[in-house]
Amino acid sequence: MCGIVGLFLKTSTHRGELGRLTADMIHEVRDRGLDSAGVATFDGGDDATTRITVLADGREPDWSPTVEALEQVLEASVGVRPLHDHAVFETTGDGRIARQWIIDNLTDVEVLSYGSQIELYKSVGDPDLLATRYGLASRTGTHAVAHTRMATESAVTANGSHPFSTGSDTCLVHNGSLSNHNQLRLRLEQNGESFQTLNDSEVAAGYVSWRLNSGDSLEQALQAALTDLDGFYTFAVGTIDGFAILRDPISCKPAVVAETDDWVAMSSEYRAIARLPGVADAEVWEPEPARVYTWSLAA
Amino acid sequence: MSTTIDLAEVSLRHLNEMLHDAEDGVFKILNPRGAHAVACGMTAGLVVEVDGSVGYYCAGMHQVGTVVVRGNSGPGLAENIMSGTVRTTGNASMSAAATGCGGLVVIEGDAGARCGISMKGVDIVVGGSIGHMGAFMAQAGNMVVLGDAGADMGDSIYEATLFVRGEVESLGSDCIEKEMGPEHLAVVERLLETADMTASPGDFRRYGSARQLYSFHVDDIDAELAADAGGAK
Repeated sequence: MCGIVGLFLKTSTHRGELGRLTADMIHEVRDRGLDSAGVATFDGGDDATTRITVLADGREPDWSPTVEALEQVLEASVGVRPLHDHAVFETTGDGRIARQWIIDNLTDVEVLSYGSQIELYKSVGDPDLLATRYGLASRTGTHAVAHTRMATESAVTANGSHPFSTGSDTCLVHNGSLSNHNQLRLRLEQNGESFQTLNDSEVAAGYVSWRLNSGDSLEQALQAALTDLDGFYTFAVGTIDGFAILRDPISCKPAVVAETDDWVAMSSEYRAIARLPGVADAEVWEPEPARVYTWSLAA
Repeated sequence: MSTTIDLAEVSLRHLNEMLHDAEDGVFKILNPRGAHAVACGMTAGLVVEVDGSVGYYCAGMHQVGTVVVRGNSGPGLAENIMSGTVRTTGNASMSAAATGCGGLVVIEGDAGARCGISMKGVDIVVGGSIGHMGAFMAQAGNMVVLGDAGADMGDSIYEATLFVRGEVESLGSDCIEKEMGPEHLAVVERLLETADMTASPGDFRRYGSARQLYSFHVDDIDAELAADAGGAK
């Protein structure tokens, strides 16, 4: 099982409601898995600041030593915004360097995301709890992906929840299971990617980030994934200005998409889409197997 | 007697209990909003009209009566149908009419993957196209597709009969095209009429089992190779 949702707001009409609409969507598919949940939002706007979202699972540590250390490493000022067991560091420094420093030096802290637009929150338990605890309903922005998990491939922990993000302003949610992730993880690590879990879906996220960093478009990256990823999957991917869906050639895992002039929504089930504004006039369809679908704010 | 039930007001369980308790009548269901198992397991000759799209297993285990979904249907529409009629005016997701033993399932739009998987006597009429692996391991019944069929149609088919008007992307293992006789034209004509669809039976092509997988022969491991070699054993 697992339930995934994605909402990509093509126009500004509903951008003030991104979080509330996403919370409503994930609520509708919460019974597809109550192990853990996560959500990534992309704010939109022109933001020169890099944000690094981290998780100190269940703890609320004093972040000031980390801020000081990061300022030295990045040679830039660093701010911090704690939110329960998460924290968002804000800096004009290099997010990739900050991520790697935290991975290498803070053993009990996970880097969930970094980039100028993305913030990412995850926890064990019901997605409704996650939405309430981290104030999802009040968030605004251009697009979001969220996941409610029934774990099969790794432990039920906050850091094993989706979305997974290894590269700047890029994240992925997955319904399914990959069978060649161990081999692929090694290959990606040889190419400079780093991972924080044993989860198969993190490898898929790392793969997409690696392809994007190598110069691929989102379309090209997912086209290549069809060759390099083995297993069952429905993916929803968010990038700084894009959104994509890919299903494996067998397509056992469900997916439905609805599109209006204002938005694109995808989910494991129509339930999650059924209450969106203007859905009565939406075009509703199922993504075809092994076909890459992408949308871009830049277009 | 017509009863209107608004799923924005009452629970799905309440609805299905009402349908199980009723002996006859017409039931109109509002605001399904993708709910699962709408009108599941009907055991009386009711007419149920659903105004909107439904989720998984609508009219699953359908024993008798008529269910019409005015919208799209999720996975497993009318799975294990025994008799009666189930219709969706939009598209159906994967595994529509799976393991159906009898009755009629009409999909006015497209059907997703594995439509009619393991069908055991149900008749299926699809106004649009079907996805990949349609009629996988089909055992009995008829499937009429007015549009196209996706890859690997009829893989490991036993004795069901498949009629497709459009293009078939590819046939699965042990599924072959067969001659269209007068009795087959009559089946298509009857099913089109029953489903209230307009098409010329002469435009359809028939597909069924080559019967080369009924018992194991090592040479049959790749039935397509066997078929290429003339199908003789």
